[in-house]
Formats: sequence, structure tokens, C-alpha cells
Amino acid sequence: MQEELFTSGRNIPNIDPSLQIWHWPISVYLFLGGLAAGLLFFAALITVLKKDKEYPAAVKFASIVSPIALTLGLLALFYDLTHKLYFWRLYTTIRIESPMSWGAWVLLIITPISFLWVFSYYTELFPKWKLKFNFLNTFEKFLQENRMNMAIALIPLSIVLGIYTGILLSAFNARPLWNNAILGPLFLTSGLSTGAATIILLAKNAKERHLFSKIDLALIVIELGLIIHMLMGMYAGSEVQLEAMQLLVGGEFTLMFFGFVIILGLIVPAILELTELIGYKVPVAVPAILILIGGLVFRFVMVEAGQITRYLY
Amino acid sequence: MRYAMVIDTLKCVGCSDCVVACQTENNVPIGYCRDWITETVNGAYPSIELELKSERCNHCDNAPCVRCCPTGASHQLDNGIVLVTADECIGCGACIESCPYDARYQHPDGYVDKCTFCHHRLEKGQLPACVSVCPTKCMYFGDLDDPNSEVSQLLKNRKHKTLAPEAGTKPQVYYLI
Repeated sequence: MQEELFTSGRNIPNIDPSLQIWHWPISVYLFLGGLAAGLLFFAALITVLKKDKEYPAAVKFASIVSPIALTLGLLALFYDLTHKLYFWRLYTTIRIESPMSWGAWVLLIITPISFLWVFSYYTELFPKWKLKFNFLNTFEKFLQENRMNMAIALIPLSIVLGIYTGILLSAFNARPLWNNAILGPLFLTSGLSTGAATIILLAKNAKERHLFSKIDLALIVIELGLIIHMLMGMYAGSEVQLEAMQLLVGGEFTLMFFGFVIILGLIVPAILELTELIGYKVPVAVPAILILIGGLVFRFVMVEAGQITRYLY
Repeated sequence: MRYAMVIDTLKCVGCSDCVVACQTENNVPIGYCRDWITETVNGAYPSIELELKSERCNHCDNAPCVRCCPTGASHQLDNGIVLVTADECIGCGACIESCPYDARYQHPDGYVDKCTFCHHRLEKGQLPACVSVCPTKCMYFGDLDDPNSEVSQLLKNRKHKTLAPEAGTKPQVYYLI
């Protein structure tokens, strides 16, 4: 017997067409937050390992990007709030159960540190622009002395920031595409990979470029593995998860997901980086930019597709 | 004390009186609703079953909206009612994304709004507006912790279901089938 089922009746003009309440600012923020987390993680790691003289791009040049990314990301988040004047309510409480709450607190701590980090390299970054006030020079000295302390704090903070962008989504059990435990590690890996790509883009010496190409290659392999795990998990899951997976595999997001994220954003850059490491001449900007675009498209696909998936009853 | 609503789908005619009563009582802006009617047709012609029901926030025992709220604006009272404090809400939308029933919406003023089980009426000893106006008397409201209450008795004696129990939210609006 063929069974028909339809549900009708819910037609609330100002609610139902705008069910997708998270728009582009959220995707952009998730990308920028992951990027900043990756950059700060590598800058801190190299400082802790005392290799900062050998890898100047990672600790110095690329770290200029992180406060910019965090500021733009925070502005995007603020733009997406609908009750904007009450945003300070985030900081009147700590809610352990809500990833957004501890994300907000981590951002409150890590954003100033990212600015201080860049300021500690001010004289090296901008040798022509002298600081006008003496106390600023003293402050820069103080920051330079405490750079190691900042790095030690940044390692856990950047990991939390990177992983939180994924856990934020996976905490919503009403959206089956997001509601899987692998999204946190997946977004962290993707964030670290985009961070490494930015360092490759800004690195001036071949040694640093090659190190980060190798790191990036490993991260791409991990990311592909995590994506396969995510799809397999949903493939073996319940009806709602199966439907969620089908949006990415065979559904309306297939081209974006496989074309831009997996092939152009992961596999092609991995091949290009590999050929460069073997010794062929490849313009390094190409794989780096592809990874950055792939990371951004990945956030867009996950945010947009996730909001379509839901429980049917 | 555990407030719950029981709705008899066999008696509901889908007249939307509950929707209008809610909009009037709670001053819901035009174009928005805190409750709504769904119409489900099941089966193949000629053996078709029609189910009409009034839906709203399920005031879940395991409320994902309360869990996800970063400021604590979404909270649950001891009697089980889930409420939003407007001047603690930042309008981030996390609770809307976390609700499997799409029971919440962003009020034009920015904060998130939803069914309150007419909390302000309960305090005065009155029933929720939707229950009190239902012309077929298909809606019941009461305390599940009291085994003699009307809702407890109905759930004891009648076959019932909840919406999307697989979402793990333990919804507290029951439908008699």
C-alpha cells in the first residue's frame, strides 16, 4: 500500500519563511574565529618551542591577521544579534551548558591578548613608525618580557576557540546535520589548516613555508578523515541524520560541498603542496588561497544546510 | 508541581480559536503566533485518516533552549514552565536553532518570544487562554504530579503521544489519539 502523508496548517507569515535565522555573519564569524584560533595556536606553539627566530611569519607577520579577524568576527556576531543593546548580558553569567556562553568568555580573553601579542612586536613590524609616548615603549618592553606567558595562555585558549566554533553547532540537537560529536574536532582542524595556509601565504623563507606545508598537509589528511567519519556516522544514523547527509551527498549542497570544500579546498591544495615539497615549482599562494576559500565555503555549507535539517513529526 | 497540557486530537476541529485567543491575550504582534494548528493526512485514498491538532511550545523536561541559552534568559520554573526574560535576551537565536518544534520566534522588538502556558493567568488561578476558549473542550491543563488531576487521569486512561520524542526533549504537551 502506498502511504501518503502531508502536514499543513502551520503558516505563520513572519516566522516560517525566516526559519533560517542564522545568516552570513555566522558563517563568516565561524571562519574568522577558526582562522584566528589557528594563527594564534601556531604563533604560541612556536614561541613556546623557542623557535620564534627561525619562523618569523608565524609569530610576527601572520599574527597581525588574528586581531583583525577576531574584530571583524565579533562585529559580524554583534550584527547578527537582534536584541543588540543587551549583548552585555553575556558577561553577567557563565553558563557551563551553553557553548555560546563559554565561547563569549574565551573571546573576551583571547581578543585583547591577540592585540597585545601584535603590540609586543610593534617595533619589529613597523620600524619606521616610532611610538610617540614613552609609556607605550615601556609597555611594549613589558609585553616582550611576558611573551612566553602569553604564549602559554594562548595554546589552550586558541584550542578552545577553534573547537568551540564546531561545538556551538553540534550542541543543537534539533538540527541533525550539526548534532554530531565530530563537528568540534573537524572545525578545529579546519581552523588550524586555514591558519597554516595564511602563514604559508605570508612566509618569506622556504624553510618556514615547507614546515607549514607539511603541517597543513597533515591537517588536510586529518580533516578529510574527519569528514568521512562524519558522513559515515550520519549514513549509519537515524532517518533525520540520513536526510541531513543526503543534503551534502546528492542533495542541493553537493556541488558546493564536494566541488569547493573537498576537491578545490582540500584535495587540490594537498596535491599542489605535495608537488611543491617534492621540488617542483608551484606558486605557493595557489594552494593557500584555495584552502582559505574552501574553509569559508565549508562554514557556509554547514550553517546553511544545517538549518534546513530538522525533526519531522 | 509539573504543569502539562493534554490535547484530544479526536475532538479538535482545527478552528484556530486557540490561536486567536493567544494572540489577543498575549498581545502577539501581527504575523506571529505562539501556537498554531497542523493538519496531517495519513494513508492512501480511500482509507485516509485526518489528524488535527493545536501545537505550541512543549515546555520540555529536558529543554534544549534552556541549555543553549548563553545568558540564562531562557529558564525553567519549578513548575516546568519554560520562560524567556526579555531584558536578559540578546537575540542570538541559539534557542530557536535548538528547538525541534520551531516554537520560538524573534519578536519585532528583538528578543525571543514563545508560549508561556499563560503563566500570568495561572498565577490568578485561571486556565491558559487557549484552553479556556476551546469550543470543543479538547484541551486540558493541569498538574501531572497530582495523580488525581484531570490531565493525569486522561494520560492514565487514554492512548497518547508526544511530538518528536526521539529528539530527547521529554515534551510535556500530550496528544490523545
